[in-house]
Amino acid sequence: MRKISRILMTTTAVATATICAAPVFADDVKVGVVTFLSGGAAGPFGVPARNAAELVIDAINKGDLPAPYNTAGLAGNTIAPVYVDENSKQKNADFQKLVEKDGVEMVVGYISSSSCKSIAPEAEKLKRLTILFDCGTPQIFEDIVTEPHYTFRTAATATMDNVAAARYLMDTGADAGRVAGINQNYAWGQDSWRDFSASLEQLAEATEVVTEQFPKVYAGQYGSEISALLTNRPEVVHSSFWGGDMEAFVIQGSARGLFERSKVVLTAGETAMFSLAKQIPEGTVIGARGPHGDLAPESDLNTWFRAAYKERFGSEPTYPSYKMAQALLGVKAAADKAGSSLQDDVIGALEGLEWEGPSGKVSMALAGGHQAIQDTAYGTFKLAEDGSASLVDVIRYDAGCVNPPAGVKSLNWIKSGFDGATCN
Amino acid sequence: MLTAIAIAVDGLGFAAWLFLSSVGLTLIYGVMRILNIAHGGFYALGAYASAWGIGLYMQTGNPVGFAFLIIPVMALIAGVVAGLAIERGVLRFMYGRDEVLMVLVTYAMFLILEDVTKLIWGTDSYVAWQPAYALGTIDIAGIPYTGYKFLIIGVAMLCGGLLYWGLTHTRVGKLLLVVIEDREVSMALGINVTKFFTITFLIGATLGALGGALTAPEISVVPGIGAEIIVMAFAVIVIGGMGSIPGAIIGALIVGFARAASVHIYPPAELFSIYLVMAAVLAVKPYGLFALAEGRKI
Repeated sequence: MRKISRILMTTTAVATATICAAPVFADDVKVGVVTFLSGGAAGPFGVPARNAAELVIDAINKGDLPAPYNTAGLAGNTIAPVYVDENSKQKNADFQKLVEKDGVEMVVGYISSSSCKSIAPEAEKLKRLTILFDCGTPQIFEDIVTEPHYTFRTAATATMDNVAAARYLMDTGADAGRVAGINQNYAWGQDSWRDFSASLEQLAEATEVVTEQFPKVYAGQYGSEISALLTNRPEVVHSSFWGGDMEAFVIQGSARGLFERSKVVLTAGETAMFSLAKQIPEGTVIGARGPHGDLAPESDLNTWFRAAYKERFGSEPTYPSYKMAQALLGVKAAADKAGSSLQDDVIGALEGLEWEGPSGKVSMALAGGHQAIQDTAYGTFKLAEDGSASLVDVIRYDAGCVNPPAGVKSLNWIKSGFDGATCN
Repeated sequence: MLTAIAIAVDGLGFAAWLFLSSVGLTLIYGVMRILNIAHGGFYALGAYASAWGIGLYMQTGNPVGFAFLIIPVMALIAGVVAGLAIERGVLRFMYGRDEVLMVLVTYAMFLILEDVTKLIWGTDSYVAWQPAYALGTIDIAGIPYTGYKFLIIGVAMLCGGLLYWGLTHTRVGKLLLVVIEDREVSMALGINVTKFFTITFLIGATLGALGGALTAPEISVVPGIGAEIIVMAFAVIVIGGMGSIPGAIIGALIVGFARAASVHIYPPAELFSIYLVMAAVLAVKPYGLFALAEGRKI
């Protein structure tokens, strides 16, 4: 009996190991992919990003992508992804394990600004190419790693989202005399509100902040905050809430008429516009942290990405998926340009690189060629005649209009009256 | 004046939610001396089951009224099934062990429950907003509040009242109070303490699940919501005195009003205010406001 159980256990262990371990060949490029696979950010962000990583990596390996990415692999080498959960109390230790034990050639990942703040210095210390694909705080290259070599960010910062949001309000003629904010109490929320309120100060003739609310991330209950917003009667309410927090805010705020009384701006609202189409009142201003999702310009790459994603996962890709695709295509463009997937070659090629993603052109224009800028867009939520969610009055902003020039800190640029902006 | 009214209503609403989310935790601690970290898992299970059940029902196109029945039914199923599995499957083998060890055991159970919810419902968010919208809004001094918020306040009062009545006016409740007072003497008197442990754990688990199930229509149910509630529930029962039902009521009210006041008067101190109140209470009453006096045992 004991012998039988031992055989069964051994067989199970071997079978499990066989199923779980993907084969890695000598000239494979191991790439760590880090997103939220558990916790509150997994559903709206981490899993769509991981899905996009699976889709794009498979397509890169097979050479199935539209031109100019229709050659297989990274300079001919197959990508072997190693997926890691960002929802960890020991992010730096997980990163070290990826580099030192798993031996990854590069890491693509990190959604949370808090994660990026701790990983960027770690990447420089361990000298491993790390591509931050989503997090938004401008602090990464303005305050934390001011002379990056190994760290890149292929997504624009929160400054772009919030300058564009303020410009959109002005361009659509919204009253912004009384403004309020409800943002999460960490780097992302604080930086977003700082940039938005500072931008409005520059753009609007007279604006007054009537209340600033900073509930903790994942709070879920916003009854008191919504009452505070209602009692202060703002004309504009700004929120950079994302994921479950944003969805809870929409449900609770909409039920209490907040969205009818004030013009609500959701800078990361795109991830919920389909699932909460009946709760988001028409007139809500929606952003996608770049020209992603419904705001993406038409192109062969975008058409392929949307169709392939929907066919494989059964839903439309939202902006975290777009941003992951953007990062991986940036890596491919750099490796193909360098003719090598070795770290130093990819770093050299990626600095200052321009490439086309599913959301249009991306330029590594800031932080010595390590920080991306791109065009962006905002729209106003409207239910189409068939009851589906749509964005109308879409306004596109040139990258040079909503991002600071190289060498200038975001807040200083805003306070200078957007000195040098292409749309001034 | 408007701010004062808003603080009062918001504080009461938040306190009701806190009480529903923490009363099961304090009940289990009072009877079993187990700080049940898995309580967060029951809350999450209740929320998922409720959101899922309401979602399925609403797809049938029937009136929303029946969805209000789905909430307690799902909470009961989630609480009883998960509570029974944990109490009978794990905890009963560990009664009498050190309290710290039991914290670790229930933490392990919490992690398992988190994974179970992910296995069943995946990582997508679930929204079941229909009941939260169905009762419309009630204007108080020009501020609209959802009728659903008052329903939660009513359910919290009902639960508190039923628990009080059950403990003080029924034979089982009186025996339970004896167990809370002294487990060893209860056993010596012939009370089947193990049976009371099972019943208490099931009631506590169901109350935890009810907290989640009632909250589900107001929020987006996402992975990780159980971890958030356990910290807040712990603050409530520490303020009130661990194991005390009146303590949970007072603790929830103190935290609810402190947070609402902070949000309206000085928002940056919103989170700090809760722990400031907790520290202030513990500085004066180290075992909480309603902690039971314990005789020294030789």
